[in-house]
Amino acid sequence: MSERKHTLSVLVENTPGALARIAGLFSGRGFNIDSLCVAETLDPTLSHLTLVTTGDDLIIEQIIKQLRRLVDVYKVVDVTEEGEFVEREMALIKVRAEKETRAEVLRMCDIFRCKVVDVSPRTYTIEVTGPQSKLQAVIELLKPIGIKEIVRTGVIAMRREKKNP
Amino acid sequence: MTGAQMIVEALKREGVEVIFGYPGGAVIDIYDELYRTPEIKHVLVRHEQGAAHAADGYARSTGKVGVCLVTSGPGATNTVTGIATAYMDSIPVVILTGQVPTKLIGNDAFQEVDITGITRPCTKHNFLVKRTEDLPRILRAAFHIARTGRPGPVLVDLPKDVQQGKAEFYWPEEIRLRSYQPVYDPHPRQVEKAYRLLESCTRPVVLVGGGVISSGAHEEVRELAERLHLPVTMTLMGLGGFPGSHPQSLGMLGMHGTYYANMAVANSDLILAVGARFDDRVTGKVDAFAPMAKIIHIDIDPTSIQKNVRVDVPIVGDCKRSLEKLLEIVKEVARPEKIWREQFKEWWEQIEIWKKRYPLSYKQEGEYIKPQFVIEKLYELTRDKAQSGEIIISTEVGQNQMWTAQFYKFDRPRTLITSGGLGTMGFGFPAAIGAQMGHPGKLVVDIAGDGSIQMNIQEMATAMEQGLPVKVIILNNGYLGMVRQWQELFYERRYSAVKFQVIPDFVKLAEAYGALGLRATRPEEVEPVLKQALESDRLTLVDIHIAPEEGVFPMVPAGRATTEMILV
Ligand SMILES: Cc1ncc(C[n+]2csc(CCOP(=O)(O)OP(=O)(O)O)c2C)c(N)n1
Repeated sequence: MSERKHTLSVLVENTPGALARIAGLFSGRGFNIDSLCVAETLDPTLSHLTLVTTGDDLIIEQIIKQLRRLVDVYKVVDVTEEGEFVEREMALIKVRAEKETRAEVLRMCDIFRCKVVDVSPRTYTIEVTGPQSKLQAVIELLKPIGIKEIVRTGVIAMRREKKNP
Repeated sequence: MTGAQMIVEALKREGVEVIFGYPGGAVIDIYDELYRTPEIKHVLVRHEQGAAHAADGYARSTGKVGVCLVTSGPGATNTVTGIATAYMDSIPVVILTGQVPTKLIGNDAFQEVDITGITRPCTKHNFLVKRTEDLPRILRAAFHIARTGRPGPVLVDLPKDVQQGKAEFYWPEEIRLRSYQPVYDPHPRQVEKAYRLLESCTRPVVLVGGGVISSGAHEEVRELAERLHLPVTMTLMGLGGFPGSHPQSLGMLGMHGTYYANMAVANSDLILAVGARFDDRVTGKVDAFAPMAKIIHIDIDPTSIQKNVRVDVPIVGDCKRSLEKLLEIVKEVARPEKIWREQFKEWWEQIEIWKKRYPLSYKQEGEYIKPQFVIEKLYELTRDKAQSGEIIISTEVGQNQMWTAQFYKFDRPRTLITSGGLGTMGFGFPAAIGAQMGHPGKLVVDIAGDGSIQMNIQEMATAMEQGLPVKVIILNNGYLGMVRQWQELFYERRYSAVKFQVIPDFVKLAEAYGALGLRATRPEEVEPVLKQALESDRLTLVDIHIAPEEGVFPMVPAGRATTEMILV
């Protein structure tokens, strides 16, 4: 069975132990969390959590069932399996920008519709948002110029609404 | 009302009759309240592990929620083995732990420990109560979570200031937790499919697990097995879920299961597993487990299904309700019993051949007492009670546990109390205390090894104090027998650290606690000593010196196929 990345969307009670329980479920069973994003939902008693993990079908089935078994967990959806979905991640990239490269960095920002959010004599800090593939592309292109630091948020995802109901 | 009052009030409303516990600074307010509450009996143990196991034994034997109460820090950590034991076997227990005042939490205060953090992986759920007014709601939820769905231990951590604070007592009559909704009713189409498979198979086996006992489905299992003429095997946790003395019983399967149970499972074309989770002690090498069988798996916990073995018909639901639905179809279809009999005739013939070829056996000869002989004698002497459910047997862990599982016939549910999933030495005796508290009129016997009994032997004082006439039968082989057996078979007899240089004189020890101590060293002494113990109305310790190097057989070496049994 082949391993695949799965993006899980989890609704969980907004209580102190909840996140620890979810993280513990993964560490205790040797499952890996590739990325994890959590924040309150419209209903402040619930948190929404987007979790990316990798595994074969059986492992993912176990992960989802184990998540559902947690008393705090309200809902688990494997968005990867539920048809189309939008996925976004944001990264802040601090890139070397000396005299000779400043223009090139700006051009790249233009092409990828990134925003420059901080400027110093030797660096630009760029904000980039998009699906993981886009972030990856930007990072690859900026690498030769010299990336000093990257911070990424991890993925958030949402199912696409059906176009013709 | 103060928090402590609320806690005790909540316990009363939950119908708690007995609490097993040990006091300390962080729970002194609750103890003060208990002092004024004669309706709730408090059993003072000698070690918090004993309290957790006793609450567990009470729960296993009565089907009610067991409760234990301990102080913060060391009191709380001492319960962890007991909690993990209950968790692995899905036993409803509520553990109340004291905690330092909320303001000090996280400060490494005196006797502070993050017990909710420590027990997160071995509780069904746990709570840290932050506000006094939340106490009734949280305690209500704790009991609800412990006893519903797949049962399990729930811990409630109670900071001292929360116990001392005051608030209005509000008891939620109904409890609904939006994120916790166990599924009880099986999907009708799946049950239908299960029936079709039963109708078309030729070599079926019913596999009964602990879920049958916790959901009270033993009558349904029996009715189904009898109507359809199905052979039934049980896991260790499932013993008593179907009568062990029933002609259709194959006894236990797995590592130390019977030859015929393992052969039947290995050659079956259909397994109906009810409330069993396909533990590795049951399946042996998973790839070789029942290779020709389709599997129907009934379980209330969806995570159990498809976890270890592939399942053809998953049925998520309460075991009892699921079997009721299955029985409805059986009755509706009204297929004559003759046809079922005919369908499985050859299969039964084959099973009878296996049964004859390698029955469970041993030879009582020579000067040594064979442990199997002791268990068989005990069964003989208590058969009536076993059949009526008037005897409860707990075990420790090791060979003593396996000989009991093999040679005692458990006919009634909740009459075997044993640590299956965690295999906790030191469990049996405090669990027996809990069972005896729950059933003052019944005969409660702990079958022990000389190693295991020493893990919680201090609870003799507890049993004496409560006037509990528990009988402890020590199968004393002078070894950590089960480990010795592995070393003998798989480590070329390098007996590393399995022989104690000092073993106490158990008879004197019993007497030191004020109990009755008895001993047997020769085969002919076994019966009189057992009789004397069974007739005694006191706490009794029986030290039986058994053949030191006796093994448990059959045995499937760990990781092998269950057909690769080492027979006697
Ligand atoms: C708390 C704990 N520690 C260690 C073990 C490992 N273990 C399993 S069986 C066994 C030997 C038990 O010896 P004894 O109680 O004398 O019983 P016997 O096997 O001789 O009947 C040991 C050490 C265990 N199951 N539990």
